[in-house]
Amino acid sequence: MIAYIMCFILFLVGLYGVITRRNLIKIAVSLSIMEISTFLFFALVGYIDGGVAPIVDPAHPAKVYVDPLPQALVLTAIVIGLATTAMLMAVIIRLYRKYGTFDIREIRNLRG
Amino acid sequence: MNPLIPLFVVIPLASAFLIMIIGRFFEEFNKYFTSLVLFFLACISFYFLFITGENIFVYKVGGWEPVNNVPIGIYMVMDGFTVIVICIINLIGFLSAFYSISYIKRYTAGNYFYALFCLMIGGMNGVVLSGDLFNIFVFLEISVISSYALVAFGVESNELEASFKYQILGGLASFLILFGIGFIYWKTKTLNIADIKEAFSNGYDKTSYMFIQIMILSGFGLKAAIIPFHAWLPDAHSSAPSPISAMLSGIFIKAVGIYVIIRLFFNMFDISSGMAVLITSLGTLSMVIGVFLAIGQWDIKRLLAYHSISQMGYVVMSTGIGMILISRGTKPEIASLAIAGGIFHLINHAAFKGLLFLNAGAIEYTIGTRDLKEMGGLSKSMPLTSSTSFIASMSISGVPPFNGFFSKLIIIIAAVMAKFYLLAAMAVIVSIITLASFLKFQRYAFFNKSEPVKYKNIKEVPFPMGFSMVVLSIICVLLSLLVIPEIRDAILTPAINILVDPQKYSSSILVQ
Amino acid sequence: MKGMTLIVKKTTQLIAGMIFMYGIYVIVHGHLTPGGGFAGGVVIAGSLILITLSNGGDFLKLLKEESGTTIVESLATIMVIVIAASGFLFGTKIFFNNFLPKGIVGHLLSAGVLPLYNIFVGTEVAASIFIIFLSLIIFKEESEK
Repeated sequence: MIAYIMCFILFLVGLYGVITRRNLIKIAVSLSIMEISTFLFFALVGYIDGGVAPIVDPAHPAKVYVDPLPQALVLTAIVIGLATTAMLMAVIIRLYRKYGTFDIREIRNLRG
Repeated sequence: MNPLIPLFVVIPLASAFLIMIIGRFFEEFNKYFTSLVLFFLACISFYFLFITGENIFVYKVGGWEPVNNVPIGIYMVMDGFTVIVICIINLIGFLSAFYSISYIKRYTAGNYFYALFCLMIGGMNGVVLSGDLFNIFVFLEISVISSYALVAFGVESNELEASFKYQILGGLASFLILFGIGFIYWKTKTLNIADIKEAFSNGYDKTSYMFIQIMILSGFGLKAAIIPFHAWLPDAHSSAPSPISAMLSGIFIKAVGIYVIIRLFFNMFDISSGMAVLITSLGTLSMVIGVFLAIGQWDIKRLLAYHSISQMGYVVMSTGIGMILISRGTKPEIASLAIAGGIFHLINHAAFKGLLFLNAGAIEYTIGTRDLKEMGGLSKSMPLTSSTSFIASMSISGVPPFNGFFSKLIIIIAAVMAKFYLLAAMAVIVSIITLASFLKFQRYAFFNKSEPVKYKNIKEVPFPMGFSMVVLSIICVLLSLLVIPEIRDAILTPAINILVDPQKYSSSILVQ
Repeated sequence: MKGMTLIVKKTTQLIAGMIFMYGIYVIVHGHLTPGGGFAGGVVIAGSLILITLSNGGDFLKLLKEESGTTIVESLATIMVIVIAASGFLFGTKIFFNNFLPKGIVGHLLSAGVLPLYNIFVGTEVAASIFIIFLSLIIFKEESEK
């Protein structure tokens, strides 16, 4: 139960960062923290009481294994999160060259 | 197990990486290779349009058969609704790739453009064809990340700012979708769409069910740019290169936004009347607010982007009317008529909005500006662009005998027959205001009497751009033939039968 | 970009080889222990980034490295698709089928096509992350000239 509350706290921290921070890099890092809370939730969903890690060892067979499907989903989602963060960083670096500042209040060319 | 179904995903992915290798040595290879590959895919999709009637083709990737009647593999499903959207994706993708053969001369990194283009088409094909929830998420991310890079392609300050805003809101949408998928897995322990419907039919907890529905609607609504999730669309669609704007506004917000909402809400969830009223009111708000924000625009691409929000509001509103009637359980034929109007308007919007964005790109290619106050009198020096733009403007405003008239007529008749008189009246008013806005566009761009001095030496656009625009305008005229009963029964009626019947999708897939 | 001092260069030359071998171990044993293509690829990319950071390099050398790594990445992805499609040609007509003989559980040469997938995916992930790092450095060098 404590672990689910930890997921929720991580999500709130990330959401606070995206909404209130002014620096571009802090917004990108907060978005990454929000996605990490989802990975923790996925890994918790697959837990079965008393289970061991889902690797078959022929010498010591166990009775109950933890569900391996959410672990595979989290692995894929981590790589997708890496690609999203890399794309965001590339655009932020080019924005710094064009505008000369990291402050999001100065970057307001498109209006209306 | 039709072996041609995975080709829609494998061929664009393989050709994207082939372009990266071979394009370094031969310069002209990537342009013609992309057009050839997309033409081949368009031909296969039309072959599927002819052989898919009421059947549902299921392809089990890896050959994993169900164990104890529980599906354990990843399924790819092709049914009546899917085949319509696949045809639109590949055909308009081919025409945009052909258009960009001469448009790409403004940019230097043509290699990367075509590789990202193929990745985006492969991702969209994967979203539409998948029968599994997490597969939708993975292919959605492939196509969305390619579109982030394509929006920021010409690296000026406007494009980078638009791409940054698009990425933050897109990242938020992906988070909401992933969280919704996690919740569904927690409650049902399966990820197959047909199997989730079976698992939910045994009884569910009402509060968590509504929570899941709102998460999924918010996540995919952010991708489809429904009000109040529309803030990224005017910047992103107006700053992209013109063939990419035509693809984004013409297919992208439909294939990864509206298609998934319609598929999941009709075939996976039980429709409750609260959600149906919510979806209808969101559609009506999009319709009205989109057109009022579009009247005061003087930049042609921003004007077209705001009109995209308004026309998508038509589609969402009419599917919402169908959902309200199904949830009440009365009058299934009016529900079928409303959903038919929505899907027909989706096909039409892809054709004429793509054509309008290609025209805006042609104007920008020859003159170099996008401001309506600086143009004038182009109808004498650019006759091809002017006549195709006139056809597209008359289509979007709903003037007979073009295709926009018939789809809007079906939506208004369905609203009147279901006794929603206020919605029908608002649809008519929005259509009149759309006509006014496009008459302004035509007058300032093409038919102004006084020709400015600096526009004396303009020629017509090169052959690839002209070819794409002419083919799209012919399609605009031909699509109005879908009202004839024989052609409508071959194409539109299988799609509606899959969506309206609650048990047909899941029971047809689980027995194969 | 400038390299670092002699002590840093010699230490990283000792350590980077061990990190590279560890990455190859994680990739090849992907069907027996946790890890596999993604995690092993990231470890290999870490060792390559370590060598580039400590030795430095001028602009043209970094450009040549980037073009070579792009070709390696694209070739690895095409090999993954070719292996997936070869399930279509040999054996039954299904994509992604596991058609090589599966051996005994727990041995290194078992589980059909899975070790081949792990190797090619690991190569591709390592090349991708190295290209991300190189592109950011090339952009900084180019705008300082």
